[in-house]
Amino acid sequence: MDIYLLEAIINGILLGGVLALLALGLNLIFGVIDVVWICYADIVMCGMYAIFFLYAQYHVPLPLAFLIAIIGIAALGILVHLFIIAPVLDSAPINQLLATGGLLFFLQSFATLLFGTDFRNIGVRLPVLEVATIYVSFARLIAFAVALIGAVALYVFLKRTYIGTAIRAISQDREIVGLMGVDQRRIYLVVSGIGGALAGLAACLLALQYDVHPFIGNTFGPVIFMICVLGGLGNMIGGFIAAFVISQIIAIGGYYSSTELSYVFAFTFFIVLMFIRPRGLFAP
Amino acid sequence: MTPMLSLATVSAAYGSFQALFGVSLDVARGEAVGVIGPNGAGKTTLMRVISGILPMRDGTMSIEGREIGGLPAHRVVEQGIAHVPENRRLFPRLSVEENLRIGAFIPSARARFAEQLDWVYQLFPRLKERRGQPAGTMSGGEQQMCAIARALMSKPKVLLMDEPSAGLAPIVVQQVFELVHRIRAEGLTVLIVEQNVQQVLDVVDRAYLLEVGAIKLSGTAAELKGNSFIREAYMGL
Amino acid sequence: MNLNHVLWAVGLAILIALPFLAPPYFLHLVIQILIWAFIYTAWSLMGRFGFVSFGHGAFLGVGAYVPALLWNYYGLTPWLGIPLGVAGAVLLAIVVGYPCFRRRVVGHYFALVTLALSQVVLLSLVAARDITGGSLGFTQKAVGHSWYALQFPEKGYFYVIAVLLWLAGLAAWRSIDRGIGREALEAISEDEDAAAAVGIDVMRQKMRVTIVSAALTAVGGAIYGQYVMYLNPETVSGIAVSLQIVFAAIAGGVYSLLGPSVGSLLTLSLTEGLRVWFGTDYIGAANTIYGILLVLCIIFMPQGIVGSLQGMRRRGAIAKPLVTLDRQSATRRPSSAAQ
Ligand SMILES: Nc1ncnc2c1ncn2[C@@H]1O[C@H](COP(=O)(O)OP(=O)(O)OP(=O)(O)O)[C@@H](O)[C@H]1O
Ligand SMILES: [Mg+2]
Repeated sequence: MDIYLLEAIINGILLGGVLALLALGLNLIFGVIDVVWICYADIVMCGMYAIFFLYAQYHVPLPLAFLIAIIGIAALGILVHLFIIAPVLDSAPINQLLATGGLLFFLQSFATLLFGTDFRNIGVRLPVLEVATIYVSFARLIAFAVALIGAVALYVFLKRTYIGTAIRAISQDREIVGLMGVDQRRIYLVVSGIGGALAGLAACLLALQYDVHPFIGNTFGPVIFMICVLGGLGNMIGGFIAAFVISQIIAIGGYYSSTELSYVFAFTFFIVLMFIRPRGLFAP
Repeated sequence: MTPMLSLATVSAAYGSFQALFGVSLDVARGEAVGVIGPNGAGKTTLMRVISGILPMRDGTMSIEGREIGGLPAHRVVEQGIAHVPENRRLFPRLSVEENLRIGAFIPSARARFAEQLDWVYQLFPRLKERRGQPAGTMSGGEQQMCAIARALMSKPKVLLMDEPSAGLAPIVVQQVFELVHRIRAEGLTVLIVEQNVQQVLDVVDRAYLLEVGAIKLSGTAAELKGNSFIREAYMGL
Repeated sequence: MNLNHVLWAVGLAILIALPFLAPPYFLHLVIQILIWAFIYTAWSLMGRFGFVSFGHGAFLGVGAYVPALLWNYYGLTPWLGIPLGVAGAVLLAIVVGYPCFRRRVVGHYFALVTLALSQVVLLSLVAARDITGGSLGFTQKAVGHSWYALQFPEKGYFYVIAVLLWLAGLAAWRSIDRGIGREALEAISEDEDAAAAVGIDVMRQKMRVTIVSAALTAVGGAIYGQYVMYLNPETVSGIAVSLQIVFAAIAGGVYSLLGPSVGSLLTLSLTEGLRVWFGTDYIGAANTIYGILLVLCIIFMPQGIVGSLQGMRRRGAIAKPLVTLDRQSATRRPSSAAQ
């Protein structure tokens, strides 16, 4: 097999890790709160800026910068819920979609206002590994490993803790969880916080690989929705697998053509698949 | 002595449709009380109002003298009221044991989860066999047991049961009613809604007849069993 | 003659007088408002029946790029190029719409599938950078005043075109609103199965309104392109434009004839006003405020602006949600289910 193709495939798998992490966050929020955060990728953008400024500008040690970003974005997630989602919880689903769409608009423009449209890089150069003449970016490898760890941690949390069980239960019967002593509003806040923390974690991993600019969310935001829908909205395991399917299409497509066309392939694949399986790849 | 559960002139509505009109009822400690009535009388509504999933419009409601009217559902559970909802409403994709775990969500119940789980498994050995199975895949009878067990996990003082015998085979219905006896023996107070009038009057001490959202009649089980109106309209005798 | 007629007469009089009175910059703004009002009205033909499409960026992009490219490369007159672009958009609408409706892709799923469609068009335009200039965009070859090329350096011509276009859009809205199809479509958006059960041809109704909506959007894209003489993938396709369309239409109100136009008037004058106000020193400030206002509007005026005003006029009338997604998604929420 062509060595460069193999390299593309491996990088695709590694990219899939981060996308899977983001899909997990979005699916968690959708599964529990029943709202699609159109602005999810832009919240990741906020995290990337936070890391950039903390580390590159104010010379906070990188691990500490990461930690602050994760906590900060988790808090942002909670604020988004409190101020934007909570008021429209009983509105038509399209209003909810649009409220977060308005936030997308706001975040992108506000970032432009504050930071301009320059591309900024935190300037951490991680080595490129060479394994049997295949080049693999170390940053991607780390990202992949951390994304997997994050996913497993989330799984354990959902499986083993009371709150985690309540989170899984609430999407199955929203009304009856109250009878178990579960405060729905509190669960929503916890979930928004976790969704934010996952976005913050993804921001750390992406900041190692990409420049940050106000519109970076537009490049991978739509891909994340697509992954979630493909896996079945709210189905976390489905989304996790779909992330790797899509990232492979993007990686291999990019190898044979251009980056944009590889995304065109991925989106087209998605549209066609929706016709074959309208409720996602893994719907029963 | 203050009653365990006490409702005074409670009203409730779905939007502009009023479903309960000034309902008053008392349940003494350790007592089992039934609520009977035709379809659409508001029995389920009454249960929902007590457990706080449907806000009360008017009236007062208390447990052991502590006011609970207006509390949200998750706070009512903490006061010691557990509700076995109509149609069981298990979390179908969670396992039996996970359903039980979520029944013990409130802090006081978490602390003695293991102890409570033992007790519940002892009451329902069948559930222990099926602990890992998704609750939605069990038989109707098993699901009803699981729903009752889930409510017991919070170690309630008062158990509200909404038509626990609905849709079950006669032999299982029998088991459900026997269970009410055993639960009472453990010192719980029970308020039970039933269509199975004849059988429920065998297990409760007293009962209320609810019609069109208002109490029409109440009395001891023996009195109601002897009441000609009840016999004709609800027992088909 | 009632108040409504008077208002219409006054409005038309203003529209006729405008090109003679208004300074060119102002006229430029009005032309844009009218063209976008037409596009938003076209979107609302679907939106009001619960088909919330985020794919109109795709139709707009195809409608704008096809005639412009044909003109630049083959010198083909827009009089032929525009119909070809519209045909392309309609084809796209059929290719995506038909299976969507057949396979019951509804609610969130429909919104996200159509969103993918607008991304496909955006990214294709960028990828074909040898032809389209990619994300830098491209300028149509200018030939001065020409009916053949549909190019008019004087704003007056495009003003007339924009007014006619806008009126045509309103006429289309009205004809669907008054037509027999309306009840059928409302029934479908209430409950598709029930609609089918009473003999409504669900597919036909959905396809019809989708095709009309896509075609008009493509026309709007084409005229926009002819007017500004510069196309950029980001301004006529992709998620951002789709969101812009959905926002403005809904902010104005999709259940009333003038709702989408009010949406266009308000959003465009707002962004323009903010842009002038902040100048070039604060790039992003205008859109920041715009974003905040959008969110506030959605939270506090869920009926859209026109809808809310009408709601105030006849208080007590049962409020319609701003747009209802198909029932399948509405009933996903078990919280309201009876126990
Ligand atoms: N969610 C709801 N929204 C509107 N009306 C409701 C709702 N739930 C119940 N109702 C109405 O309230 C009245 C009482 O209903 P409820 O479910 O309490 O009756 P019930 O006595 O439990 O009947 P059944 O024996 O059939 O269970 C009925 O007329 C019913 O239609
Ligand atoms: Mg009932």
